[in-house]
Amino acid sequence: MHPAASVILFSTLSGLGFGFLAFLGWGALAPSGWVAFFLWALGYGLAVAGLLASTFHLGNPKNALKAFTQWRTSWLSREAWASVVTLVLLAPVALSDIFGLVLPRVIGQVGGTLALLTVFTTAMIYTQIKAVPRWHHWLTPVMFLSFALAGGAMLSGRVVAPVLLVAVGAVLWAVWRVGDGAFARAGQTMGTATGLDRLGVPSVLDPAHTAGNYLKREMIFVVGRKHAAKLRKIALVLASIAPALVLLFQLGVWGIALAAVLHLAGALAARWLFFAEAEHVVGLYYGARG
Amino acid sequence: MTALPQSTEKKLGLVIDLDTCVGCQACVTACKGWNDGGIGLSDQDPYGADPSGTFLNRVHSYQVAIPDAPAQVVTFPRSCLHCDNAPCVTVCPTGASYKRAEDGIVLVNEDACIGCGLCAWACPYGAREMDADQGVMKKCTLCVDRIYNETLPEEDREPACVRTCPTNARHFGDLADPDSAVSQLVASRGGYDLMPDMGTRPTNKYLPPRKKGPGTASPLAPLLDIKASGIAGWLDRMLGKI
Amino acid sequence: MNQPRVETQREVGDEVRQTTCYMCACRCGINVHLKSAKVAYIEGNRDHPINKGVLCAKGASGIMQVTAPSRLKAPLRRVGPRGSGAFEEISWEEALSTAVAWMKPLRETAPEKLAFFTGRDQSQSLTGWWAQNFGTPNYAAHGGFCSVNMAAGGIYTIGGAFWEFGQPDWDRTKLFVMFGVAEDHDSNPIKIGLGKLKARGARVISVNPVRTGYSAVADDWIGITPGTDGLLILSLIHCLLEAGKIDLDYLAQWTNAPLLINEAEGAEKGLFVRNAESQPFVIDQTSGHPAPWDGKGVQPDLGAEWQGNRTVFRHMVEEYLKPDYAPEAVASRCGVTATRIRQLAAELADVAFNHAITLDRPWTDFRGNEHPNMPGRPVSFHAMRGISAHSNGFQTARALHLLQILLGSLETPGGYRLKPPYPKPIEAHPTPHFVTTPGKPLTGPHLGYVRSPDDLCLLPDGSPARIDKGFSWENPFSAHGMMHMVIPNAHAGDPYKIDTLFLYMANMSWNSSMNSARVMEMLTEQKDGEYVIPRIIYSDAYASEMVAYADLILPDTTYLERHDCISLLDRPISEPDAAGDAIRWPVLEPDRDVRCFQSVLLELGARLGLPGMVNEDGTAKFKDYADYIVNHQRRPGVGPLMGFRGNGEAEGRGAPNPEQMHRYIENGAFYQAHVPEEAAFYKPWNAAYQDWAVKLGLYETPQPYLFNIWSEPMRRFQLAAEGFGPRQPPDHLRARLKQAMHPLPIWYAPFGDEDAAFGYSVHALTQRPMDMYHSWGSQNTWLRQIKGHNYLYLPTKIWEGQAFAEGDWARVSSRAGTIVVPVAHMAALNENTVWTWNAIGKRKGAWALDADAPEATTGFLLNHLISELLPDRDGVRLSNSDPITGQAAWFDQRVRVERVAAEDHPRGTVEPLFERIPDPPRADGGRGQNSSKNFAKSFRKLLVPDGETSR
Repeated sequence: MHPAASVILFSTLSGLGFGFLAFLGWGALAPSGWVAFFLWALGYGLAVAGLLASTFHLGNPKNALKAFTQWRTSWLSREAWASVVTLVLLAPVALSDIFGLVLPRVIGQVGGTLALLTVFTTAMIYTQIKAVPRWHHWLTPVMFLSFALAGGAMLSGRVVAPVLLVAVGAVLWAVWRVGDGAFARAGQTMGTATGLDRLGVPSVLDPAHTAGNYLKREMIFVVGRKHAAKLRKIALVLASIAPALVLLFQLGVWGIALAAVLHLAGALAARWLFFAEAEHVVGLYYGARG
Repeated sequence: MTALPQSTEKKLGLVIDLDTCVGCQACVTACKGWNDGGIGLSDQDPYGADPSGTFLNRVHSYQVAIPDAPAQVVTFPRSCLHCDNAPCVTVCPTGASYKRAEDGIVLVNEDACIGCGLCAWACPYGAREMDADQGVMKKCTLCVDRIYNETLPEEDREPACVRTCPTNARHFGDLADPDSAVSQLVASRGGYDLMPDMGTRPTNKYLPPRKKGPGTASPLAPLLDIKASGIAGWLDRMLGKI
Repeated sequence: MNQPRVETQREVGDEVRQTTCYMCACRCGINVHLKSAKVAYIEGNRDHPINKGVLCAKGASGIMQVTAPSRLKAPLRRVGPRGSGAFEEISWEEALSTAVAWMKPLRETAPEKLAFFTGRDQSQSLTGWWAQNFGTPNYAAHGGFCSVNMAAGGIYTIGGAFWEFGQPDWDRTKLFVMFGVAEDHDSNPIKIGLGKLKARGARVISVNPVRTGYSAVADDWIGITPGTDGLLILSLIHCLLEAGKIDLDYLAQWTNAPLLINEAEGAEKGLFVRNAESQPFVIDQTSGHPAPWDGKGVQPDLGAEWQGNRTVFRHMVEEYLKPDYAPEAVASRCGVTATRIRQLAAELADVAFNHAITLDRPWTDFRGNEHPNMPGRPVSFHAMRGISAHSNGFQTARALHLLQILLGSLETPGGYRLKPPYPKPIEAHPTPHFVTTPGKPLTGPHLGYVRSPDDLCLLPDGSPARIDKGFSWENPFSAHGMMHMVIPNAHAGDPYKIDTLFLYMANMSWNSSMNSARVMEMLTEQKDGEYVIPRIIYSDAYASEMVAYADLILPDTTYLERHDCISLLDRPISEPDAAGDAIRWPVLEPDRDVRCFQSVLLELGARLGLPGMVNEDGTAKFKDYADYIVNHQRRPGVGPLMGFRGNGEAEGRGAPNPEQMHRYIENGAFYQAHVPEEAAFYKPWNAAYQDWAVKLGLYETPQPYLFNIWSEPMRRFQLAAEGFGPRQPPDHLRARLKQAMHPLPIWYAPFGDEDAAFGYSVHALTQRPMDMYHSWGSQNTWLRQIKGHNYLYLPTKIWEGQAFAEGDWARVSSRAGTIVVPVAHMAALNENTVWTWNAIGKRKGAWALDADAPEATTGFLLNHLISELLPDRDGVRLSNSDPITGQAAWFDQRVRVERVAAEDHPRGTVEPLFERIPDPPRADGGRGQNSSKNFAKSFRKLLVPDGETSR
């Protein structure tokens, strides 16, 4: 799948945002005044940036409100609901924190859980796609959630954060390990895609059109093996090991900031790979497993 | 709306005969022409270095390596298969993507489409293309604006690709009716589904190329030993038959 | 929730107009749906005999052709150097008076100084007539570089041809064998036919080095080595003779097999023995005495020997039973195993003799013999460019006809059937006319069928009379002329210099010439301050590569903006069961200052005062082409269109009817005259058919004839080469004529094979894609998305032998040049053959494409490798053509292929890459560009690359 920079940037940011909002909602920090404003603003900012980005990605955004209608079947619709409900529900909690109102914490806890649910719905948008075998696995939501939890824990200075960051690394490793064999396990080949496996082993003679098209741009992206291996190392180090180490040194706010920057860079690399390495079965028609 | 109908009254679809398709691309441009006049299918950079446009039907060409026989070439039209269990429908957040209860045609209601592209991701067959100009998803409508169109002569109420196909490699009909011509073709020629394991249950079927190779006529026996008898002997034997 | 309402009752347009397609030479009927006088949709006309409702990829994209920005919009005069593309727009009056000022003095002094050649012209009966009345011998259309081997090989043998002039009996044939058939001509009819065979499960075999398209769906594929089809066919004939599997009755009745060949040494040797009435005759089996060949009740003796003269049949049998033709002897040369050849022969014989059919239709032959039914041998053949574009193509076409004849299938139910005006023997065709008289027309048409050296177009000094050397000793039967030689010969002044070259829709500076780069030089070369070819007038509808090389451009209309007639005088749209002709008419009004070329030609004719084009008072006889179509009479009562003549009811013959055009339009733009059932088969000998053909005006008297297994005209040339007769060939051509002009179909190695000795061992072919017509398709944005660039396909042996990898390039060289092109692997290909799609490559800047369009940067032509001349032999360079017809031998090409690794070709563009030609003034319009209509879209563009829409 084509790793569009914007998709990667915003899905990463919104995952981090909702992860942080979850911790804020649960009361992990209990800040007040300007500090609270700043922290809640960071959480909201990251999450809303993601949502806004998603509308910018629409070909026809004037119908965006209709995306709330199909929650019975569509994970994208569910994500729309989950994100909006989360943001609405957490708003009084944020205000309560900033202005020192004493709202029952349970609202924050519900909102925080919904924030994670939002991340889950986002993950399910990808997970449900059977045509992309690498995504079509329970590890996909685990991966999205692990990033949200680790990122949220990191930004809220939880002691558990280094552990969660290491867990992100473990999950990433597992995602890659499992993902690398996913396409083959799915069992689809040019032969099954065309049914010509009945005859023998097909290969492409002529592409359907020599010109480019939406399918080729959107779903067929071939990433070099060496390039991917390097990026995986970078992602693993930056998203998981490096920020965990930084946090162990307990350098306070600056330490968290440094860890966050490292983690975010690693998360972006991991998310780039999430798209770039995902092969859509439609590529089989074009002779590209990618 | 994006829930799939429990069942459909009819299953309208195409049967594509790979033994007959010569890959002429007629169906590709007939489709483009008809639907450009209807839903609109744009082209970008039409006369430039990187032309690109929306097509609802594309014809691939494959070569097939076959054990103990020369390689074959098979041309392969690819368009929406109007699946019974259409994953492109259920992923749609707005209900724009739907499958009709009456005839099983999978359509996009462009008035509700937000152009998120998720349905195209969900389709294993590459049947959907986002129109770069309109920002909404396009797909084969099975020429729903032809097959029921009373402004057209009755014989023309079939998809544009079927009407134009010079070799008659494309057949249109109701695959829910076992007695229909298309169902009979599928039964007699071993029509198959693409990527059946994807669980999409396509309506469209493909008829496989027939077995190829030398004929089975018994070898010709020489009339006589020409070396021994000479041409004269041959003439005697041959013309004695008249 | 309810389902959305779907608009199912969309009205396609507000009007349907029926006309004839011109996206290729197939001439299908189309329904053009118009909405507010603009084209809304184009589909096939269900009632039309050619396409029966279907339409190909090109036809269905016509809407993009009539709106293409490449359309020329006004007459142009060159203002910069030739080839620079610098033009100024001028008025039609200026354009016409300039053309007349150039041509009039030529007509009055030396008409041959005007050479008028038309490309894929569908109005040859007009253009030829115009040139005839101008008085220049230098006229032809593009058949010389296209199909003349097929046409002439057929007409000299069976009085009809493959290509579009006949077709298998699709409804009855049980075995259909194609030789070198790709999408060349008759594209939809062949596809419809294949569809019928496939629906019935009939068997299809393809003999073709390349297994694509029709060959891909064939039930069996024989990947023959190019140029050896004739040898394979003669080997099949050998097998059939060896087994005695031939139709003796058919041979005795309908062919010249029983005629006697003169065996006395001398000037008559090899000609038919003739009686006192100068008629060839047969020996009657019952009496043992000579009997007329066309006598009622005669039983010709195939094996006769009379006064030391033996029959054609005996000569034939002796020839083909030679061990040289045994499968084992030809196998390696053909690249087909002996077993496969024997299998194929067995299949042919099995279907012809064990699965014969009979139609219950009584009929009477020309001798007066009555036949209770029509037996048929349901094996049929078709052949196209794969066999015709070789220097042995004429004889190969003859060989294939001989095969059909021996099987007794031609013109029988289930076999190959001719379409009116064929069958038509050469005796019913004119001979070529060429004698010029200043200010006067030629005495007859330019193109015809040569019977003997007496008919050659030679000047008194023996030199060729035509600029293309057509009908000369180099190519005696060049029935379509030799357009590919016009520019090289005019440039060389050989046989003489010309003044004005007048071309119509022929892309001679690019894909329609051999050695295109050299042709560009010839067109621009100057001597003493004047161009070597002093003046070039060109008419085209589009900004083709040729435009830049003309001095005066007469812009033509597109096919939907014009009148045309697809006439029985030319190349009609007949079917075996019906003669058919058709029209085009302006279903759209041109939105530019362009004119139908044929109307312009008639106006030029009127201004030049050409006979037939002016009234007695000197005024123009025809207002425009439409007026000519309706009112011109070639013979009394016979005009361009056969339908609705006289009072509107007359068919074939009748006075001009002013309502005729209108009636055609009402009738869907075509007319059919149906062959009566009892006349539908055995046409060359069927009295009912002959009478019907005379009634329709195809000829004036019945023209029954025998199929020519033995070709007397060819033998006459052999005799000349042997030194007999008053007209003698130059010595350097004697051996070649003796070999090629064998009166029986024979095989000789294509001339290109000689290049193998120089290390050019690989055969190089091109093939026309089904979705492109020569260079026209690239200006059409729908079609160019399908094929915007091409690869050279390499067989496994070369691919693996040189360790080619995806993305690699190849340096392809021949004795004439070198190109560097992208390659792809193809397994289903003759192991010594490479090929590519024809005419995808474009010159930078042509056809209104951007200079960096893939057609110009990675698309390529093989033409740069193909010389128009054969290598020097004893100081003479002959045309790279068939020695009999002058058909351009495109497919003789031999090359060497060397790998160029992707990393060693970082530029990633083909070589040679010619500089950009500037756009001539042309129409705007064309397909709209992507527009970004709203803020969100603009913003989206900032975030994601063009066309991206990811979540």
